[in-house]
Amino acid sequence: MAPKPTTNDRPWLMRTYSGHTSASASNELYRMNLGKGQTGLSVAFDLPTQTGYDSDHPLARGEVGKVGVPINHLGDMEALFHEIPLERMNTSMTINATAPWLLALYVTTAERQGVNPAQLQGTTQNDILKEYLSRGTYIFPPEPSVRLVTDVITYTVEHIPKWNPTNVCSYHLQEAGATPVQELAYALSTATTILDAVRDSGQMDADSFTAVVGRISFFVNAGIRFIEETCKMRAFSAMWEQIVSQRYGVDDPKLQRFRYGVQVNSLGLTESQPENNVQRIVLEMLAVTLSKRARARAIQLPAWNEALGLPRPWDQQWALRMQQVLAFETDLLEYDDIFDGSPVIEAHVTELIEGAQTEMERVATQGGMVQAIESGYVKRELVTSHTERLRAIERGDLKIIGVNCFQETTESPLTSGSDSGIMKVDAKAEQEQIQSLQAFRASRSQAEVDTALSALRDAANNGDNIMHSSIQCARAGVTTGEWSEVLRKVFGEYRAPTGIDISAHDKGQSTAAEKIRDRVQKTGEELGRPLRLLIGKPGLDGHSNGAEQIAVKGRDVGFEIVYEGIRLTPKQIVRAAQEEGVHLIGLSILSGSHTGLVTEIALELKQAGLARLPLIIGGIIPEDDAEQLQAQGISAIYTPKNVDLNAIMADIVDIIRRHNGLEPFDQAI
Amino acid sequence: MTTVSDTLPDPAELASSVAEGKRPALATALNLLDDRRPEARKIAARYLALLAGKRQATRSHLIGITGPPGAGKSSLTSALIPIWRNRGLRVGILAVDPSSPISGGALLGDRLRMKTSFDDEGVFIRSLAGRGEQGGLSAEVWPMCLSMLATFDITVIETVGVGQSEIDIAKMSDTTCFVAQPGSGDSIQFLKAGIMEIPHILVVNKEDMGAAARKTLMDIRAATGREYSGEEWSVPVLSVSSTQGSGIEELAAQLDLHHDWLATRNLIEPRRRQFQAEWILKRLRQEFGSFGVAQLQTQLQTAHSGLDRLIGEGDSPFEQYESLRARLLTAWNRD
Ligand code: B12
Ligand SMILES: Nc1nc2c(ncn2[C@@H]2O[C@H](COP(=O)(O)OP(=O)(O)O)[C@@H](O)[C@H]2O)c(=O)[nH]1
Ligand SMILES: [Mg+2]
Repeated sequence: MAPKPTTNDRPWLMRTYSGHTSASASNELYRMNLGKGQTGLSVAFDLPTQTGYDSDHPLARGEVGKVGVPINHLGDMEALFHEIPLERMNTSMTINATAPWLLALYVTTAERQGVNPAQLQGTTQNDILKEYLSRGTYIFPPEPSVRLVTDVITYTVEHIPKWNPTNVCSYHLQEAGATPVQELAYALSTATTILDAVRDSGQMDADSFTAVVGRISFFVNAGIRFIEETCKMRAFSAMWEQIVSQRYGVDDPKLQRFRYGVQVNSLGLTESQPENNVQRIVLEMLAVTLSKRARARAIQLPAWNEALGLPRPWDQQWALRMQQVLAFETDLLEYDDIFDGSPVIEAHVTELIEGAQTEMERVATQGGMVQAIESGYVKRELVTSHTERLRAIERGDLKIIGVNCFQETTESPLTSGSDSGIMKVDAKAEQEQIQSLQAFRASRSQAEVDTALSALRDAANNGDNIMHSSIQCARAGVTTGEWSEVLRKVFGEYRAPTGIDISAHDKGQSTAAEKIRDRVQKTGEELGRPLRLLIGKPGLDGHSNGAEQIAVKGRDVGFEIVYEGIRLTPKQIVRAAQEEGVHLIGLSILSGSHTGLVTEIALELKQAGLARLPLIIGGIIPEDDAEQLQAQGISAIYTPKNVDLNAIMADIVDIIRRHNGLEPFDQAI
Repeated sequence: MTTVSDTLPDPAELASSVAEGKRPALATALNLLDDRRPEARKIAARYLALLAGKRQATRSHLIGITGPPGAGKSSLTSALIPIWRNRGLRVGILAVDPSSPISGGALLGDRLRMKTSFDDEGVFIRSLAGRGEQGGLSAEVWPMCLSMLATFDITVIETVGVGQSEIDIAKMSDTTCFVAQPGSGDSIQFLKAGIMEIPHILVVNKEDMGAAARKTLMDIRAATGREYSGEEWSVPVLSVSSTQGSGIEELAAQLDLHHDWLATRNLIEPRRRQFQAEWILKRLRQEFGSFGVAQLQTQLQTAHSGLDRLIGEGDSPFEQYESLRARLLTAWNRD
């Protein structure tokens, strides 16, 4: 029997991932959340900030302040932390391609608050590799991007020793469909890639390198299969310990510890019967807290309305209270590890470790994680896993309550309020942000800005650590867009493999899919040529899962599919539709910027003489917007509750038929 | 209900607009050439005949790029585009991807690699699925190329170099360029054994991979190395990196050289005429078998070569083709 320890375990850091509208609105929210007992901050930036555009850039239109806070310059960063004393704060920033820049702004803000940067505590996510695989906010090609990651690491280890310079993320891999084995393998391969790069950069001596090893932290996911997820956390701990001691020769047990934060699974949170998400979230939280030996250091939870839209302060409060009940009401923190010695747990941990090691070797033989990403291998593996997951839901083998079973429900009072149960960002916010940006630009010394930017360019070209010149830029009043533009010119831009070129997943599949295949073929014959679809992802939105799965399914039922990945402009999409002679355009938009983008695309189509081409859209589309879009001529709208991909495909055939004067089949599959 | 013919374009108008280089017209033409309905085929043949009448002042170079999947054909094309664009040349690309043998569907993924073309009016990319032609190029490819050649200075066909398509593309392009990647032993074996027709230009891509790339380069040079007589085109073996951009200028120069080599010998037109005839005969053979073709020869009282010439020298070979086809169909229906 494990004895009760004399001192209880300390509770983990409790955060909510938040930010929206503007720096000052987000500051207000943060101070309110801290007042409610939240113990750290987790900043969500808007997509222009994450992809290196100022709020007034054409590509930022409709995205400013939507899914996070816009930070254009030092003034915004100062407003974000107004009256929040940074020396006492633990701030996590979900920032990647522009991580050196946002860290530079944070450091400069601290200086201006009179805080010594060496005291700062917190985390920059700064894990670029998973951006190519899942999260989508990369800018530059992998090689220079890895260098920027290592620059942040070497800088902070020397100057901000308590900072977590990189959070190696398996979280986003699970959100893109990864199995536990894949999460383990790809996250650990990423960690060794980064550590190897730091070691080989020649920027540090052996002692500093040992310190770096101890600063590597992880950001992990916990899904609904919470026993297996507990085992995964234990597997992570065991494997990391081994890597640290064997690969890097670091033997201090404190430096070998697998330190991780968590956001629990959101992919499995549903639009139908959204109240069920609460129990999912709580069970998932158990996975990362039950085992003391593998307990999370920091947790942030999604809200019950995850699949509906952005959470309101009350929704986030509910999620925070879940953590507080577990930590402070239950006896969880009073015990030592309750799984030690369990042969069942042990056996599954071993199985996961073996699976992960095999996959890690496969990546290593391809030359490492960077090569396996560039070749498309890892992305294909993820898309394959996600496809398998969706097919299992389709077949009913994977049960999701309220979605593919127990669908009957009484109307929910949660969603019947006047705001439909989600947060809406005021459309005026974008204009105000642009005005304040322009005023800021007018107020600074252009000469200082130019000098700072040219120092940045030199550092980028010479291989000097990018942090010093970035801090100089922050002080001079450089903007996010200017900083990024300099690096875009030096490093170039990148498009990642889409991973949809996987082998067919329609072997021995449902008769439904076969029926649709006949309809696709017959319609193609009637219209003279095989049916073609363009799947388009306009705007800065990086949510690619839906588009990928629609593309794979479309191919599997016989469509010819054109899909060019994320972040295309309306013009690019319409050009591709024209050049490829497609029969229908399907857009996928989850970032909330659908209204503006659809209007732009409709306009471009008209100019290209393609006004008659049917347009459909899928993603996070609130009901009010759906009505408006339909009035604009959108033929169909799909949201997360439309999990039956065969039904969507059957619809698409009928939409094409109607647009071409053919009778629709109209029968359910 | 709309009928087919009112959605089909007017062939004369279409031919003029395509010859003038109008993008929407080219898109319409490509859709038409893809259309298998009898009414559409007739209009398509007329359109091609009218288009052939409009001589172009373009440089008009048809380049076939072939090689195994993943060798970097799309990346290489993408790297070539800016070089041509900087010289003011307009570029059309026809990218052929394999279809799923099970569903008949396809993922047309080559565009993704050709990102340089995104906002450039001087570049036009059309993808095409292989559509189960036993590894060969589908029937639409040749007429589509003709349409592109009428509009662009350079037309590139990219196809996966497996099976029949390898031969098909060589029997179509002015210049065939084969792309190999480091460690591709198969290609070398095929070259050695003479299974693979020797292309006009051999490229080893991914030279940034170092030793492996150098070894493949040497192996290929050894497999193809021979003395060329003054009369022959001597096949260059080049080393490039599409992602780093090295060797691409040299490749562009070699492509030019080969075009000039053909042009100074007045070979471009005759080769294209011959390819066209062979293409049409092949189509007839695919549809009606050797028996059908033999029957045609008897009917027309001509030998194979006569049939060849008939198709090759008429002013509108595709109309010829449609009428030969019609002849066979009626003959067969009578029996
Ligand atoms: C998975 C996920 C992620 C993954 C994405 C991985 C990937 N490569 O796709 C990760 C973790 C990376 C991620 C990140 C972010 N996310 Co997110 N994410 C989700 C989540 C949980 C699920 C989305 C999903 O993939 N579902 C599975 C797929 C198969 O479903 P789907 O896309 O909905 O598609 C279905 C239908 O909608 C439809 N459909 C969709 N597209 C199309 C297209 C066509 C043609 C057709 C016919 C049908 C169709 O058919 C599909 C079949 O059912 C949602 C919440 C939720 N549960 O829905 C939030 C959500 C979309 N994310 C959100 C946010 C804010 C973000 C971030 C922007 C946060 C930030 N500030 O940094 C980041 C940045 C991402 C970026 N670069 O844009 C918000 C968006 C808020 C809004 N619209 O108002 C959501 C709604 C969560 C929330 N409530 O806050 N996310
Ligand atoms: N290292 C390296 N990789 C390349 C090069 N050219 C292409 N690739 C990669 O090879 C893969 C296949 O390229 P792609 O152009 O799609 O090949 P295709 O199938 O022949 O068209 C992609 O992952 C490219 O990034 C190169 O010159 N060097
Ligand atoms: Mg290709």
